[in-house]
Parts: sequence; C-alpha cells; structure tokens
Amino acid sequence: VQVNPVKSQPTTSPLIPEMATQEVQLNETLAHLKTESETLKTKLEEERAKLHDVELHQVAEKVEALGQFVMKTRRTLKGHGNKVLCMDWCKDKRRIVSSSQDGKVIVWDAFTTNKEHAVTMPCTWVMACAYAPSGCAVACGGLDNKCSVYPLSLDKNENLAAKKKSVAMHTNYLSACSFTNSDMQILTSSGDGTCALWDVESGQLLQSFHGHAADVLCLDLAPSETGNTFVSGGCDKKANVWDMRSGQCIQSFETHESDINSVRYYPSGDAFASGSDDATCRLYDLRADREVAIYSKESIIFGVSSVDFSLSGRLLFGGYNDYTINVWDVLKGTRVSILFGHENRVSTLRVSPDGTAFCTGSWDHTLRIWA
Amino acid sequence: MNMSTTNNIAQARKLVEQLRIEAGIERIKVIILVIYFVSKAAADLMSYCEQHARSDPLLVGVPTSENPFKDKKPCIIL
Repeated sequence: VQVNPVKSQPTTSPLIPEMATQEVQLNETLAHLKTESETLKTKLEEERAKLHDVELHQVAEKVEALGQFVMKTRRTLKGHGNKVLCMDWCKDKRRIVSSSQDGKVIVWDAFTTNKEHAVTMPCTWVMACAYAPSGCAVACGGLDNKCSVYPLSLDKNENLAAKKKSVAMHTNYLSACSFTNSDMQILTSSGDGTCALWDVESGQLLQSFHGHAADVLCLDLAPSETGNTFVSGGCDKKANVWDMRSGQCIQSFETHESDINSVRYYPSGDAFASGSDDATCRLYDLRADREVAIYSKESIIFGVSSVDFSLSGRLLFGGYNDYTINVWDVLKGTRVSILFGHENRVSTLRVSPDGTAFCTGSWDHTLRIWA
Repeated sequence: MNMSTTNNIAQARKLVEQLRIEAGIERIKVIILVIYFVSKAAADLMSYCEQHARSDPLLVGVPTSENPFKDKKPCIIL
C-alpha cells in the first residue's frame, strides 16, 4: 500500500470542521462503492437471465430437415351433444374416453367409431377425464369440483353410474386428472390453485401441492422411468415441477405471457412442452433449468389449448383456438404442417400410446383421429 | 487528510476494482456454464430424437397396411 506523505498543515484555524467534512466525504465514498458492488452483483444475475442466444434450434442446425407430412382425419367420432373438453387414450391403443360440456363421458372404440359406454355426470362441463392403466375404469370431473372413478363393465346394459366412486374433492372446478402408474392413485389439478394426489380405494388425500398463485389448468406425470415427479401449468403463467412424495415444488418456469393450458413431458422425461393463451408453445429443459425453444409465428395469434409429442419427441402437435392443429419440428423450431378439419376450437389433443395416430377433441362436438 | 481516511478510501476503491474484475470473470463463467448446459441438454434431446426416429410412426409414416387407422375398412380382431 502506497503511503502518501502527509502534508504538514499550518496550525491556524481549528481542524475540526475540515475533519468533519472529510469524514462525510469518506462515508459517502464508501457508500458509493458499496452501492456499486451491489449493482455489479445484480448485473451478474441479469446477465444470466438475458442469455437468449443459446437455444435448441442453434444446436440443432446440423440436423436434417423434415420432409412433407401428409396427415389426415381418418376417423370422426360423433355423439357428444356439446363441446368436447377432454379425451384420453386407453393403453390398448384403440379405446378412447372423452368428456363434454353436455355432462356426458363416452368410451369409444376408435378403430370402429362405436360407442362402448356412456355415463351422464350430475354436472355439465366435465373438463377432465382419464383412462385407468388397466383399461377397466375411467375417471372424470369438472364443475362438480370432484374427480369420480367409474369401473367399466363388460355388460353394456349395466348402469355405470351406480358403481361410481367419488375420490377427489376440491374447492373449485377440476381442470385435469390422471392415474399414476396404477389404478390405485389419481393426481388432480383444480381451479382452487392446488394439485392433489388421492388414494382411489379410500378417497384419502395422500399429498397436496401448493404453489400456484391462481387456477391450475393442466398436469402431466413424468414417464415412469424418470421418477416420481409431475409438471403443472396455471393461470399464473407458471409451469411448476413437483416431487410427488414430499409435495415440494422443485423447479418453476415463468416465461409465458398468459395462462398455460397444457403441459406435456418430452418422451425421455428430461424436458416438457407447454401451450398457452399467448399463442406460443415452449420447450423447457429440466437439466438446463430454462426455456430452450419457443414455437410461434406472427400469423398465429390464437391460444394453444393442448400439446403432445410424437413417439420420438421430434414432432410437437398443438391444438389451437383458431380450429387448427400446428405440427412443429421440436429441434429446429419450425412449423412442418398445419391441419384443418375441426369447425370450432380444438380443446384437447393426445397422441396414441403406440404413436400411430393422435386424437383431437373440439368445441364442434366431435373427436377426430389423425394419421 | 489523515492517513487512515486515505487508506480506507484506497482500500475501498481496490475492492470495487477487484469486484469489477471478478464480475467480469464471473460473467464469463456463467456464460460458459449456461452454454455448456444448454448445449449438452440440447444434444441429449437431439440424440433421443435420433435414436427413436425410426420407430415413430407419425414421423416416418407407416404403410396403410400397418396402421390400423389408415385402413378404412373396419378392423377384424384376429
């Protein structure tokens, strides 16, 4: 440290006022320096957040582009009396359950388009439905704030409503439901801002998940190989990843500009896609802990209601409120196809378990199978 | 000015200079880390796509005879 020689002061007037001034100046200087060091630390955080220049499509530049796709409606399922709100595939790759604003839940054979079962719910707007892994039951719910399980009988004449089991109870509408790996547990999301895990047999609440600041609209379970987590999306624009055992939110993503209507895991479980009212789909990588791709076009201005991946994860299908389905190249970020057919909003979309087709449900009262 | 006052200011200036340098280094480190993680994550996603591409019916397209939905006639369960 360099020592500045002190100039000898002529001892005339008292030094106290001068020293007081210097004291103040010193404190001010120190204060400025402290502020500057804090500012530098904050800037560091901002730099980290600002790094938009590293995205999936840049890394994927060397990947071969996809060719033309020909996908058409192969089946049309007619029977609902009002908007179709939700659908799910059975593991047998041919049966489908769908639910509607008309209060009905229908089980279809998608190969033949025959209706196999029909249940009338006590409420309208059945916003959620799911097929049990065994194929022997379906779960559904909506404005009744509940999730109920109906065992499917082989006897077509049997009244399914008689065997109904109320499992979940929320304090607002049920937005989504999904069985876990077995028929024994159901995961639900609700307009009451929470998700919950229930035991089907006893109806007992096993775990609840708090963290969303508004209605939770969707959820998806991680592929079984990757462990006990699930992702949820809500009206708070957040996508949260949860640990099912502890109930903790382990990761949270907030880059969408509006409600997240749909979330779906990438087949490897290392990422998930989301669809939002902001007219974009996005891909979030769980290990990089950030958004790595955004699927949008200036010409697409209507919200995305539902998303799902093809089997390899290369294609992302999005159902939109402008009645279309957009097919995206997940790696390159470009749209590879746009599909027309529905006469109103596409409200739900799922790829079949073996990836041979995908099904859409619409406010035009129908479901379509595309391949 | 007394010596301790001068020293304090000098030390504080040194600290800020140090922090400026460190912030610069930290910024580079963070950039490198993020690029590494995103590149690695992206490479993994690409690799998964590539490995499974051949068995993705909607991606590669399967002949009408092999896709039960493409067959317009009702399927016969054997």
